Amino acid sequence: MAPAPSARAPFDGVALLAAPAVLILCALFVYPFAYGLWLSFAPAVGGALANYRKFFGDPFLYGTIATTLWLALPVTLLNLVVAVPVAMRVRLMRNQRVLTTILVLPITLGVVLIAQGLLTYLGPQGWFNRALMAIGLVSHPIRLVHNYWGVFLSLFLTGLPFTFLLTLSHISGIDPALEQASATLGANARQRFFAVILPLLAPGLAIAFCLSFVQAFSVFPSAILLGAPAGPTRVISIAAYQAAFEDFDYSMASAIAMLMGGVQLAIIAAVLGLRGLAYRGPAGGGKG
Amino acid sequence: MAMRAAAFSELRFDRISRSFGPIEALREVTLTIRKGEFIALLGPSGCGKSTTLNILAGLLPATGGGIWLDERRIDTLRPEERGFGMVFQNYALFPHLNVRRNIGFGLAMRNVARGEIARRTQEAIALVRLEGHEDKLPAQLSGGQQQRVAIARAIVIEPPLVLMDEPLSNLDAKLRLEMRAEIRRIHASLGATTIYVTHDQEEALSLADRIVVMQGGGVRQIGTPDDLYARPASLDVAEFMGFRNRLSGEAIESNGSETMVRVGAAHLRAAGAAPVAIGMRGTLVMRTADLSPAPQDASTIQARVTAGEFRGDGFVCSGASEDGAELWFTSPTRVAIGETVHLRVEPGRARFYPEAGA
Repeated sequence: MAPAPSARAPFDGVALLAAPAVLILCALFVYPFAYGLWLSFAPAVGGALANYRKFFGDPFLYGTIATTLWLALPVTLLNLVVAVPVAMRVRLMRNQRVLTTILVLPITLGVVLIAQGLLTYLGPQGWFNRALMAIGLVSHPIRLVHNYWGVFLSLFLTGLPFTFLLTLSHISGIDPALEQASATLGANARQRFFAVILPLLAPGLAIAFCLSFVQAFSVFPSAILLGAPAGPTRVISIAAYQAAFEDFDYSMASAIAMLMGGVQLAIIAAVLGLRGLAYRGPAGGGKG
Repeated sequence: MAMRAAAFSELRFDRISRSFGPIEALREVTLTIRKGEFIALLGPSGCGKSTTLNILAGLLPATGGGIWLDERRIDTLRPEERGFGMVFQNYALFPHLNVRRNIGFGLAMRNVARGEIARRTQEAIALVRLEGHEDKLPAQLSGGQQQRVAIARAIVIEPPLVLMDEPLSNLDAKLRLEMRAEIRRIHASLGATTIYVTHDQEEALSLADRIVVMQGGGVRQIGTPDDLYARPASLDVAEFMGFRNRLSGEAIESNGSETMVRVGAAHLRAAGAAPVAIGMRGTLVMRTADLSPAPQDASTIQARVTAGEFRGDGFVCSGASEDGAELWFTSPTRVAIGETVHLRVEPGRARFYPEAGA
């Protein structure tokens, strides 16, 4: 008779190979997080919840959540809406790599460089406004920097390559024969996209949304450089920065950072929850 | 379930060509298919048979020629406008849709009323014998069941043409035989004009009304299975149809339908496709099953046995002829390796193809 399977697997020495990684993770992530969490409940004055009470009692502070969401959610959605058709097209191209390289270039340039570039390009004396005035579309320069739209555009430009790459890899995983099959069954391009491609792409898009959203939600440099950090683009990371480095209230800064993480987690949980409703099996059409 | 939409009388390929850069994958293929026929496109891989099918389905544009459905030119239409049912080699079932919705997909795209979709889908499910699996996803089905879904999905839209691209090549040997019978049964009950691509001559012989043998991007021969099996028009086709033994010889006597061919010291009687003049050199071919050991006489070929393999009802052996040609023959009894045997061809089963330009 075979021995009954034991509830605990026997100790495997190979598992020790994971130890360095676990240690690094603890040192760089788990410890700072736990410390921050503890710090947020240990304000200089007041009880354990004083920071949180202060945050939610002050519209100048709790308003930053809405401000940040109002930037991050539309930007992430726009990124996806633009990335999907581009990826659909690039997937069919023979010299994919050239185009992919061009599209990915902004990632390598860094956020600050792009912000600086946009500042001059979109500014009142920039090419964009001058071109608009030259063709007579506007009589005065339109204001595109130091407000919501400056930050929005910068986030869009820096986020798009990232979203595009994620989307491209998901789209490439869909068997082209499925699209051909649906075409022979009478589906036009629009029907093929909505009945076959999109349902198979949905789980991948959910992941792309989460990753792009997290990036956009932690916006900081462009909100300061291209936005109006005192008003319309006073995002949550600015509030945390001010608490830490202008008021030197690390406890409050930690509380804001924890809230920031909480909001991100809530959005991601909601998106992944929706993803659970979609089909998540293989995106191939059968054997072979 | 009857094919209602099959209102055409013939499908015509008019000098269809396709090149990929400098490579000509298809050279001026001309072919006429009548309504209700089961046509097999047969050929080795790379012969252009799948290219032909993809051009017909609209998945690949032709670079020359035209396709006509009676008086209507169809090669300029988009695939979704052609309305042909296609069965893909890897089935290409929609992985996120259950069996019922996979099969009903084509009807839904045509905005058929909900009730009618349900009724016709159920009919198709019954036709391919998949009752009880309606709510399963493709990944929960076996290969043979997936194949049935793919067939049902293609025929439920009642297409004028059903296109099948090596539909059985992903199945194991036993299932392949079963599905072959199934495809024959479905064709018999619907009468749908079917174009079936395969590299398996047995499949083509057993299913098709007519076989189109393709090679190197062109049509080599079109004929009924009987015709092709017994009378391949050229040496290439003969080889592809299983005439495995090749001996070079010289015509010494010919009466038009039969030729006496001298191979070494032996004189063999052969049929041929082309008229043969005395003294012409060429290739004599015969199947493994038609060559077996016999008492030595003027018509036997001498060979030394190099290998033997037991096949249940006898032995399939290989040997080397005197001039070194490899021969394959059958023997009811075991023959020893190294032994010398005299081989005789079944009367009327050898064919002689004179060398071009000889």
